[in-house]
Amino acid sequence: MSENEHRTPVQLGTVSADDPRLQPAARHPEQVEKVIAVTFLAGIVLIAGFGACYWVNAAPWALGATFGGGLFLMGIGLIAWGKYLMPRGPFVEERHPLASAPAERDAFAAAIVQRGGGVIKRRKFLGGLLGAGMGIFGVVAAFPLVRSLGPLPKGTLFHTDWAKGTFLVDITGRRVHSDDLAIGSIMTVYPEGLQDTDNGQAVDQTVLIRISNEDFVTQKGRETWGPQGYVAYSKLCTHLGCPVGLYEQQLQLLVCPCHQSMFDVTNGCIPKFGPAPRPLPQLPLQFDAAGYLQSQSDFNQPVGPGFWERH
Amino acid sequence: MSQVVNTKRVQRESSGPYGKLGQSLNELDDRLGIAKGGRTFLDKIFPDHWSFMLGEIALYSFVVVLATGIFLTLYYVPSQDLTTYTGSYLPLYGQKVTEAFASTVNLSFAVRAGLLMRQMHHWSCDIFIGAIIVHMGRVFFTGAFRKPRETNWVIGTTMLILAIGNGFLGYSLPDDLVSGTGIRIADSIILSIPVVGSYASFLLFGGNFPGTSIIPRFFILHVLIIPLVILGLVGAHMGLLVRQKHTQFPGKGKTENNVVGSPMFPVFMAKTTGFMFVVAGFTALLGAFAQINPIWQFGPYTASRISYAVQPDWYMGFLDGLLRIFPAWSFHSFGYTIPLEVTIPAVIFPGILFNLVMAWPTIERKFTKDNEMHNLLDRPSNRPKRTSAGVSVAVLLAMLHIASSTDVIANFFHLTLNTVLWSMRILCIVLPIISYPITYKICREMQGFAGAGKRKTTNVVSRTTEGEYLAAPAPAYVDDMVHEHEHDALPVPTYVLEGEAEAAESGGVRRIPR
Repeated sequence: MSENEHRTPVQLGTVSADDPRLQPAARHPEQVEKVIAVTFLAGIVLIAGFGACYWVNAAPWALGATFGGGLFLMGIGLIAWGKYLMPRGPFVEERHPLASAPAERDAFAAAIVQRGGGVIKRRKFLGGLLGAGMGIFGVVAAFPLVRSLGPLPKGTLFHTDWAKGTFLVDITGRRVHSDDLAIGSIMTVYPEGLQDTDNGQAVDQTVLIRISNEDFVTQKGRETWGPQGYVAYSKLCTHLGCPVGLYEQQLQLLVCPCHQSMFDVTNGCIPKFGPAPRPLPQLPLQFDAAGYLQSQSDFNQPVGPGFWERH
Repeated sequence: MSQVVNTKRVQRESSGPYGKLGQSLNELDDRLGIAKGGRTFLDKIFPDHWSFMLGEIALYSFVVVLATGIFLTLYYVPSQDLTTYTGSYLPLYGQKVTEAFASTVNLSFAVRAGLLMRQMHHWSCDIFIGAIIVHMGRVFFTGAFRKPRETNWVIGTTMLILAIGNGFLGYSLPDDLVSGTGIRIADSIILSIPVVGSYASFLLFGGNFPGTSIIPRFFILHVLIIPLVILGLVGAHMGLLVRQKHTQFPGKGKTENNVVGSPMFPVFMAKTTGFMFVVAGFTALLGAFAQINPIWQFGPYTASRISYAVQPDWYMGFLDGLLRIFPAWSFHSFGYTIPLEVTIPAVIFPGILFNLVMAWPTIERKFTKDNEMHNLLDRPSNRPKRTSAGVSVAVLLAMLHIASSTDVIANFFHLTLNTVLWSMRILCIVLPIISYPITYKICREMQGFAGAGKRKTTNVVSRTTEGEYLAAPAPAYVDDMVHEHEHDALPVPTYVLEGEAEAAESGGVRRIPR
């Protein structure tokens, strides 16, 4: 047989026992067998080594190196065995058409259309009732699956816990005094008593920045909101709700680390850059008699990202 | 008396020529009738081409994900209840953290081989999704999705979507600072859906973000519901593969009506089992030497804290990139808001993308009007339009992926964010558009070089008895004797300039302008 004929694929069932296609692909199978044996041995050593490493509670890298290295070598050996020491082929398999004979197809379609269709056509009313019953069941069954999951939003997305006279506190619950921040400093504040709560953290979080010593007006109509240069903005980015945690002091920008929206602190935190479409809502501030910072009211707008019901 | 019964020999003879094993097989066949089907299964032929291995990577990394995931469920606590961390990692000692976070740190440090298993789990998930995508690329560019395999293409795409979703859920479970920010972003994306967004968000989270339900809910989705669906789809994927048999590249002895390669038993079984060990071993080596998601360095999730250069797992990169570079277009009217700056990149774009991918076999058939059965694969260059479309989409996704690190790029190359942002916006539009004609041109050029990439053959010079010298090309090498599709071969462009056509034909020379 010429080299060419060996390459012609045959069917497994028809191949004779002495056919070269059933011989190993390797020219020198004994040598390949030795190499594979060495690979397997090394793999066994590593796998046993994993057991030892586990026993002595070795470092994770040692566990992984022995476990992974052992599996890897066993795998390489097995692939080489399959590739070089098993029947080299090529073999061929006939592909029978998937489609059935025309008579069978007709019989199948007839069974559905004539037998089934006839039954349904004759009893259209019953069929309709059954369909309606199943449909209603489907809708009703979804109620407990979906509606039980949680409360409806109602107005909660429009309000935070800030109100008239709420004291600003830091993460430890300490009230913020007019002397606390130097010019160009920033801190995260929460409504008093809520600094440890989910809502206080996730919804009410506010950045307090001291811009100057004088009362600071960030926009027209906000003349009293920034006493002694203290201004406060919602810390929730209006893009996707990440905390706007970076304060660029030189440019007076608040920067969101998630998608790089930037807000102008001196101008009502209108977005200057990035994907955020709306300014950060501002919290109007005031001092109590002892010089502690309070909010005058809630934020001027809903905080956080956009949603359908938002005006 | 003289008759000595050799009981051993009688037993051996009654058991037939295949011994005890043969006898057991007969017993099995008596009850299940497996001989015929079993034989067909063992004789099933698998093509030997390397590109058929990509799907195997996906399958075996899924096995690794399942195995390591089972290990993790034994130690992970899906709860957002607060606890005080008192484990061995000192920087976190005494901090108030959730049970989910504490148990993840504990299973990394206090459980033997826990860190290895966790890192293997994460790595194999990343490999799983990567392998699915590369495998999809193979199926797409070679036209393996054509009739009769459209259903398997849709099943595969569904598995990709589920795998990406489940990857995100699993990434969220440790409740660390980075993944918690990811959940916050996911909530904002849900909120951006018109009309039902806020309801969907409140139902999913059991109230206002973050609530205390999201981790347990993500957990049951991540470890039970979605894996179960994927497992079922893997079964359907394989079942259809066996029923419809493999596709194959055209080549010697390969036709639309056969499959050429190695049999299931023993050749393919040895190779594929070995390959499973290699995938598992490689994942373990990654788990050993390549740190992934060190949540103890990020710290527990606190809604008002954030880290710099936060990026999701790689398979979410294209969405994050589009969210970054999309303009701040918010739509307000009649007292309602559609946050288009989020809805378009994070809801509408992936919706269109995945629907387009799923519908591709149908779309292509609309254009080609090709309703034939196809078991022989295309060379990508022979289908330039499909190949160019695929390359365009791939380039777009790659660019969006790069765009998910605008801040890192700006820092690394000392550029302004503005420069990087606008470059990305322009590149994400321009590159996919120009890659279509470029790919198209390359495909057509490759068609022009029949036999490109094959070994050169010699010319055999002979002298006749009359003294005339003749030169004839030697026959091609056996490996290079590839028969392209005979029945649907495309016209090979000749690249002969119009004016030269006559001269070229008469001279018997084909000219290829460079």
